[in-house]
Amino acid sequence: MDCPRGAGLVGLSGAAVQDDAFHAEAVTASASRLRALEPELRRELFAGLLRVRLVEDRIRKLYPEGDMRCPTHLSLGQEAVAVGLCAALDGEDRLISAHRSHAHYIARGGSIPAMFAELYGKSEGCASGKGGSMHLIDLAVNFLGCVPIVGSTIPIGVGAAFGARLQGKAGVTVIFFGDGAVETGVFHESVNFASVHRLPVIFVCENNLYSVNTPLAPRQPAWRSIVDLARGHGIIASQHDGQMVEAVYQVAAATVASVRAGQGPALLEFMTYRWAEHCGPLGDLHLGYRSQQEFDGWVARCPVALQRAVLSSAGLLSEQREAQMLAALEAEIDAAVAAARTAPFPARDALFAGVYA
Amino acid sequence: MRNGQHSRQLTYAEALREGIDVAMARDARVYVMGLGVPDPIGVFGTTRGLLEKYGGQRVFDMPVAENAMSGVALGSALVGMRPVMTHMRLEFAMPAIDQICNQAAKWHYMFGGRSRVPMTVRMIVGRGWGQGPQHSQSLHAWFSHIPGLKVVAPATAHDAKGLMIASIEDDNPVVFIEHRWLYNLHGPVPEGHYTVPLGSSRVVRAGRDVTIVASSYATLDAIKAASLLAACGVEAEVIDLRTLAPRDDAPVLESVRKTGRLVVADQGSASCGYAGDVVAKVVEVAFDALRAPPQRVTLPDVPTPTTRALANFYYPTPAHIAAAARRLLGMAPAVDPFEAVDPADKTLDVPDKSFTGPF
Repeated sequence: MDCPRGAGLVGLSGAAVQDDAFHAEAVTASASRLRALEPELRRELFAGLLRVRLVEDRIRKLYPEGDMRCPTHLSLGQEAVAVGLCAALDGEDRLISAHRSHAHYIARGGSIPAMFAELYGKSEGCASGKGGSMHLIDLAVNFLGCVPIVGSTIPIGVGAAFGARLQGKAGVTVIFFGDGAVETGVFHESVNFASVHRLPVIFVCENNLYSVNTPLAPRQPAWRSIVDLARGHGIIASQHDGQMVEAVYQVAAATVASVRAGQGPALLEFMTYRWAEHCGPLGDLHLGYRSQQEFDGWVARCPVALQRAVLSSAGLLSEQREAQMLAALEAEIDAAVAAARTAPFPARDALFAGVYA
Repeated sequence: MRNGQHSRQLTYAEALREGIDVAMARDARVYVMGLGVPDPIGVFGTTRGLLEKYGGQRVFDMPVAENAMSGVALGSALVGMRPVMTHMRLEFAMPAIDQICNQAAKWHYMFGGRSRVPMTVRMIVGRGWGQGPQHSQSLHAWFSHIPGLKVVAPATAHDAKGLMIASIEDDNPVVFIEHRWLYNLHGPVPEGHYTVPLGSSRVVRAGRDVTIVASSYATLDAIKAASLLAACGVEAEVIDLRTLAPRDDAPVLESVRKTGRLVVADQGSASCGYAGDVVAKVVEVAFDALRAPPQRVTLPDVPTPTTRALANFYYPTPAHIAAAARRLLGMAPAVDPFEAVDPADKTLDVPDKSFTGPF
């Protein structure tokens, strides 16, 4: 699943696929600023993608050893949404996610050593080993948590925004979820409430076309978009390509500005694609629920390769510079993995600790 | 104030309202939401006047979306608020089982203690006047089964206020079970702030012959049963559990070691129910003290019927509790107290007006 250098930009415009009337102006304005991104930010976005990719590649390689013993849903292929979105946020902003949360946690700056320790079930883990991959948390960066009950964190994120407003606290709240979550009742209940109170919430739907191994066709009508659902609740919503990190960043920045300015909640749907199996480190094309052709098409639009090509053509990234970035990241991951492996397991009495606060 | 009482008397409903009021006055992070909370009726009077006192930012209505709104309460608690959510019937909370049981109950533990969920979820249990299968269930056993939840079920006005304040001040999700037929009972209630600690049972009536354990409305029935038993020379000890999770078993075990006989009265159904859990604990820990097989007096394992012609045979009475106690003492023939019940009797279909408190 490594991404070949020099993958092209075929078929990608980088612009919004579908815009909302409320939103069109902001998106158009942000698109015009696309080329105006600071070189340092553009390199940071690439570094962010690499960071997520390398951490997950390491998990993919280590997982079969059988020492990371928790259901693990890799974000491979979907990194640009998390990285572009998180780059548009401030420290005061809050995030919450679902089962496929690694990219969100890492892109937000969640502790990598604490994440590896959590996957290994150690007491140094970000949830003291009691959560695992599906329950990452890092309150130091306002990453409130994630859970694997689809749709469940959507109202909790809305509640965090609501509670913050009640206390006069600033910041927007970003709620990550997948295309399956919009089929839950609680999604609609939550968007309705956020709309009623015009809460500073950004609903981020990563549409990777599948819920576990089930495609969209039996789950959602083809003649009604996810964006339509959100608009039906009276919030601004738009659909975008999710593979080009700079485009994601642009739309995220415009949306964050709008929501922060009190324009009410927004939903952003990003079209993206999961490379690995639903849960676990392997590929799953042998199952036959998705085609090699479809898979190859999306891998050709690898977020890392796309941004590499963008930076290279702009003269902002040399092979030497990327090699330095890779070496630094690998060293950081080496250290995190080594520490996690040697860290102690929770003591036996931790079993009974913390049932109640 | 009611005449003839030295201490101030409030109804259970008034005590609940005052408990919420005291908690709100002491802590600006406390807010109250639920369907009908700010309306003039104010959830049977338990939220009346709070809107005027604390404003719409802290006392407000919500969409008919119990699941999401439970998540909203949880999320707001994560950032420092202390929500009090109200369900006018316990059944209205059932769409929110995911948020209550999967999320709120586990949030503190599953994130290694890094977050807390201080939220109080009020659930009102209905009875009578044809409340029927979906307006009458007391599912306290369900919630008590979920590690991480606290479950309280006060029986008296004093405990209603003290447990309400304690629940709101607690850093955990608390399911607060209120039986609608207790609302008009009155009793002494101290002014101002006080708490009844979560997880503390209380001996309501001392006795040497048989131990009757109950909670919520069943406590009232148990006290009436104790009076019936006293009339035939049996001294029953009545223990009001008050908190169902975590449960304070010590007074129960101490009492059974004294009496050797146990009756558990419960307003839930029998199978896999709360009464069975109390019996199990006593059998496990104090088997040698038992002089007769423990008895459960619960609802039968059928949905609540609406017509009083059937409901009159659905809800056990104080006579059933007394009969169970007499069986343990070898005193009673196996007579079913329902034999004496008139299916058309309207008095069984409404709260007992012959007793309005205090305990």
